Amino acid sequence: MIKGLIGKKVGMTQVHDEQGRVVPVTVLEVGPCVVTQVKTSEHDGYNAVQVGLVEENTPRKLSKAEVGHLGKSQIAPMRHLREFRLNEASDAKVGDQLSATVFEKTDKLTVTGTSRGKGFQGVIRRHGFGGGRMTHGSNFKRAPGSIGQCATPSRVFPGKKMPGQMGNKRVTVRNLEVVEIIEDKNLILVKGAVPGSKGGIVTIRKS
Amino acid sequence: MQNLYELEKSLVDIKKPEFRPGDTVRVHLKIIEGAKERIQVFQGVVIAINLKMNRSTFVVRKISAGGFGVERILPLYSPSIDHVEIVRRGRVRRAKLYYLRDRIGKSARIREKMNV
Repeated sequence: MIKGLIGKKVGMTQVHDEQGRVVPVTVLEVGPCVVTQVKTSEHDGYNAVQVGLVEENTPRKLSKAEVGHLGKSQIAPMRHLREFRLNEASDAKVGDQLSATVFEKTDKLTVTGTSRGKGFQGVIRRHGFGGGRMTHGSNFKRAPGSIGQCATPSRVFPGKKMPGQMGNKRVTVRNLEVVEIIEDKNLILVKGAVPGSKGGIVTIRKS
Repeated sequence: MQNLYELEKSLVDIKKPEFRPGDTVRVHLKIIEGAKERIQVFQGVVIAINLKMNRSTFVVRKISAGGFGVERILPLYSPSIDHVEIVRRGRVRRAKLYYLRDRIGKSARIREKMNV
């Protein structure tokens, strides 16, 4: 069976559980998705299903390669395609419609998205360094401090935590509980936060 | 993308609370202890109501037996609230009565609202 779908993050809210406790939830709009390609081990070397996200507006700017790929299977143009690996060949066919019913309430989900961009950030915000004192003649303030030693090793080690771009990166959150599935609206509520801003494209998989 | 506002509206039965800031209320809370459920009452003055669809809350302040001010922020549409009983209607001139925190004794009184 298909193990995942493409969706959009709608936002966060809260619901009450049976014990009356408040549960923070993220609302995800899943799909509607369409199967755009079925890959089999005989033909492609592995089993997978490629799905596309159906959106309200049909995209105008697609590359010729994308238009050609979708045109081969007679599917309306779509911007977002994702592939989901399968262990064995699936019974899915090109053009199959997929919605929130793919998921069940007992599933644990893995959600992948692009985190909100924070720009070029220093070492305090990006890596949580302590920094120096702000007053009393300090020359240290928010600087990263020493980044290496003198003669040995006389270089900076790769991967040293330094200032740089923060956010706008692919982030995955695993094992999110499904709180509710609203089938008629194609929404699922998962417990906790999900990377990205509202309206951001996320990939939802069963973990 | 779908509207979060529409979903929040549909999550609970949204209706305006009967009580208002300044009112003295008895909040009957359902407390689950192991397998048993009992009702606990929290009585105090409503000092604030925050209306935010299904996330609405209200704040009840009381002076405990030890003389300490105790405030509880309660979700308005929580299933663990059995019911809210209005003991006394208060006449106040603002929506948020945070000034009561700085007052004790006589100056922390609220006039009763007549002919409601």
